[in-house]
This record gives sequence, structure tokens and C-alpha cells, in this order.
Amino acid sequence: MRRVVVTGLGAVTPLGVGVRRTWKRLLEGHCGIVNVVSRDERFREIPAQIAAVVPKGKKEDGGWTVSEWMNRGDERVMAKFAQFAMAAAEEALSDARWKPTTPEEQHATGVCLGSGIGNFDEIYDTVVAYEQGGYKKVSPLFVPKLLINLGAGHISMRYGFMGPNHAATTACTTGAHSIGDAARFIACGDADVMVAGGGESCIHPLAIGGFARARSLATDFNDDPEHASRPFDADRKGFVVGEGAAMLVLEELDHARGRGVPIYAELKGYGCSADSHHITAPKENGEGAYMAMKKALKQAQVQPAAVDYINAHATSTIVGDAAENAAIKTLLLGSEGKNRAIDVNVSSTKGAVGHLLGGAGAVEALFTVMAIRDDMMPPTINLTRLADGFDCNYAPNEAQPRNIDIALTNSFGFGGTNSSLCFARFKD
Amino acid sequence: MFRSAIVRSLRASAPRAAMKTAAPIQIRSSPIAVQMAPRMVSQSIRFYSAPAGLSKDEIEGRIVNLLKNFDKVSDPSKITGVSHFSNDLGLDSLDTVEVVMAIEEEFSIEIPDKEADQIHSIEKAVEYIKAQPDAH
Repeated sequence: MRRVVVTGLGAVTPLGVGVRRTWKRLLEGHCGIVNVVSRDERFREIPAQIAAVVPKGKKEDGGWTVSEWMNRGDERVMAKFAQFAMAAAEEALSDARWKPTTPEEQHATGVCLGSGIGNFDEIYDTVVAYEQGGYKKVSPLFVPKLLINLGAGHISMRYGFMGPNHAATTACTTGAHSIGDAARFIACGDADVMVAGGGESCIHPLAIGGFARARSLATDFNDDPEHASRPFDADRKGFVVGEGAAMLVLEELDHARGRGVPIYAELKGYGCSADSHHITAPKENGEGAYMAMKKALKQAQVQPAAVDYINAHATSTIVGDAAENAAIKTLLLGSEGKNRAIDVNVSSTKGAVGHLLGGAGAVEALFTVMAIRDDMMPPTINLTRLADGFDCNYAPNEAQPRNIDIALTNSFGFGGTNSSLCFARFKD
Repeated sequence: MFRSAIVRSLRASAPRAAMKTAAPIQIRSSPIAVQMAPRMVSQSIRFYSAPAGLSKDEIEGRIVNLLKNFDKVSDPSKITGVSHFSNDLGLDSLDTVEVVMAIEEEFSIEIPDKEADQIHSIEKAVEYIKAQPDAH
């Protein structure tokens, strides 16, 4: 199998626009969660009135202004998740210095971009228009704005990429599956370079209302949004929906070497599994999560004892965090694992950025790569009290310098779909 | 977005706003209402509209105005009374559908898809609107 390395990173997150700004603010312990009632009065009747939103503002100040990334024509045909992903792709491709112009290079470059929910606003607006005005009020752009794979299509059109063009949509595992599948395309020879990741933007009262009805969200923090998302904390109450996107440039090793570009890390393992259990809840013992991580390590040919850091999926739900914690301990403290729980380094960055749903796996893969690059474990913010059984090192509230050569990042989605990616410091 | 363009173009020609309310209201819930409706409509037309209908210049002016507010037209200076939507203004087939939808709203008429598909230029649109007695 051909080896796959990471050569470019791009991000638009609730902590800011751009990888450097996001990463700096993450390490400093900032939080991107705010009350969103001012965006739409209809949030008032929903128990969860908070979300992690991409801050508005100028690019140079780390804010989002769509006109700085695309013209009005592109803006009006693109879903917001795709706009965020387009900006992240631009940053990642510039970072990787990969803007190919020859047909051969363009044919060998592809895109994997997924979203969990897609263009919720467009569906809602069109349903309302149709209900009121019938067929004549349906825009010709309805379908192209609705389809999730159009995000990957738009990126291919902007850069002329004619390699594989794909869109996973596996709820909250979307971003991880996109990156993992893209790596397989490269490993199997379908492409030399892939820009891969996930995006999400569904901060709409109906979407948030749906998650609230499913009892998935933190509802006691409307006046204290920064403390709402508290992964692994004993007082966690549910997750907080976030928006944004992250894209990684993945590249075949010799291709990257030939260009002489810096290599952030190697993607060594990709494991997938299903819970086969329940539509929204994980198995309590975390069996599905355990299998995904185990498969990723097997492919990477890495022993559990060698895992220096895990970026957990941990969304701040009571059941989900406990199941993942159990799975991590079973794997890393099992045979060929570590001796003490406190030597297991796990953190969840969702306290800071919320849960980006289809974007989560991509943003967290990016954080995992940065953790390897900087030998720095990002903090789990709002972690003040640990319940029984939570005895690993979660880097509570402050980033921790650690030697990180091998790291896992987990993603689990509704429907019981799980994925784990294993990144490693690049060594010849 | 195009909807806001329509609003802008409406604002630009405010005096017509009063006429917008005179669109025929089709009430189908009872036979009496069906009989009543046309009479009310004809009265309102007699009251508000000039007998000769809209002039070609007015129609053209309003369509040009509408296109000037359409983001996909990259070079508004190319918009003239004879502009072809794709050849001159660079619009694709989806854009053209949106333009015709905006024209429908602007003139308070409904254009069946088959007839709408024949409208490829401002000239064709003006011709079509001119032939519609209900357009206002």
C-alpha cells in the first residue's frame, strides 16, 4: 500500500477563521459557544438556545466574511457548509502549495467533502415557499443547493481537480470517514493528492429543536454558554451544536517528497465499525468504538501502549462519554497496553468548539495532527469534577506538553457508525 | 438573494406598489365567490390601470432594472434592451429560470414552464409581457 501523509491544513471554526488562530485559541482555553436567540427569535421556545458559531468579522481578525472568499455568484449557489469548506480548502491547498495547472496533476487530485445535515436552511425555506406558493416558487437552485456532494463539486470546479470526487454523509463520523476514504483513494492509486474533510452549518431553530427533542443537547446553560459543553465532566448534560469546516491535504509520500513540501504527519491507520445497537445511543461498554480504534491501530501496526494521545469524540453527553471512556480504557489498558490509567492521554476539544456534527471528525483530525506537530495536548475545558471510572489524563482546562508521536482521533455518529484515524509523526 | 433583488427593484419604482394589491384573487371555496371574484378584478383594473396596458419602454426599463440587481450578471453595462441572457450576460439555464421567476413576480403574472423556456432575451421577455393583458 502507498503511504499517505498530511501536507496542508485549513479550518473555519467557532474559535476563528484559519488554522493558526483556531489552534492558538484552543490551546489558550477559549470557547466559541454563544447564546443565539438574537439570530432568530424562534430559539426562545427551544430549551437549548446556544450554539458554537463561526465569528463574523474580517479575515485578518480571524472572522468570517463570505465575500473575502468568493464572489456573489458562487455565494448564492453554495450551501453555507460548502462555503466554510471552500475557505478551509483554499487555506489547506495554499498551505500545501498545491494549485496544480497541468492536466496530469489535476487528474490525480480529488476531493472528499461531506456534511452530516447539509443545507438545512434551504430545505426549510423552500418548503415554506412551496407551501405558500406551490411549484412556481421553487427555485431552480433548490436541488443543487441541497445536495451534499455539491460541496466537493464546487471545490473541484474552482481548482480543476478531476480525480475522485466523493461525499460521505455518516452523521457525526462524516469528517473522519471523508479523510479515511480519501487516504484509501491515495493508498490504492486512484489519486496522488486528495483534499478531504467535512463541513456543517445548521444553526437553525428547527434543526436545534430536533436535537433538543431527541434529548441530546445541553439545556441548562442558556445564560452561561461557555460552560455548556463539558466533556468527561461529572456535570455534563449534553452536547452543543457547532458550525464550521476543516480540510486536510493528503498526499502520497513520494509525491510530497518530490515536491519538497513540509510533512505534518503520516496517516497510518483507518478503522471503521458499527454498533449494531440503537439509533442514537452507543453501546454502554463502547464495543463499537473499541473495534474502530483497534482496527486503526492494526492497520497502523501500532501497539496500544504506543498511543501517546487520543482526541476523543466525547461530545459531553452522559452516555456517550462514558462509553468512549470505557472503550479507551479497555484498549489502552488491555494486553500490550499501558499499565496505569493516568498514562492514558485523552482530551476532547468539543468543550471549546462544540459539536460540529459532519465537520467534527475533520476539525478533530486537524487538531490531532497539530498535537503531533507541536507535541502539545489540547485541553478539555470545563472539566472540574470527575466521576468514578474517569481516571485517565484528560488535560483538564490547560494544554499539556507531551511527547506525541502516535495519536488517535475518534468519531461516532447516530446510527451507530464509528471511525478512528491513527496519525503518526512522519519518519522515513 | 434574488428575492432581495426583486425587492430592491420594487423599491426603485415605488408608485406601482399600490397596483400590486390588485392581483386577481382566485377564491374557489364556493361558487358564489367564483362569480364575485372576476367582477372585483375588472373593477380594480378599470380603476388603476391605463387602458392601453404597459408601454414597451416601461416593461423594458423594469426588466433591465431587475437584471442589474442580479448578482450573476458580472457586467451590468452589457444589459440593454436586446441582451441575450446567455450569449450577452453569461447566464446559464438555471439563472434563466430564476430571471423568469423574478419577471413573474415583477409583473404579477404566471408564465407556464413551456412558454418560459422560450424567453432567452430581454427582447423576448418584453414581447411576452406586452402580450399579457394581466401584467401590471
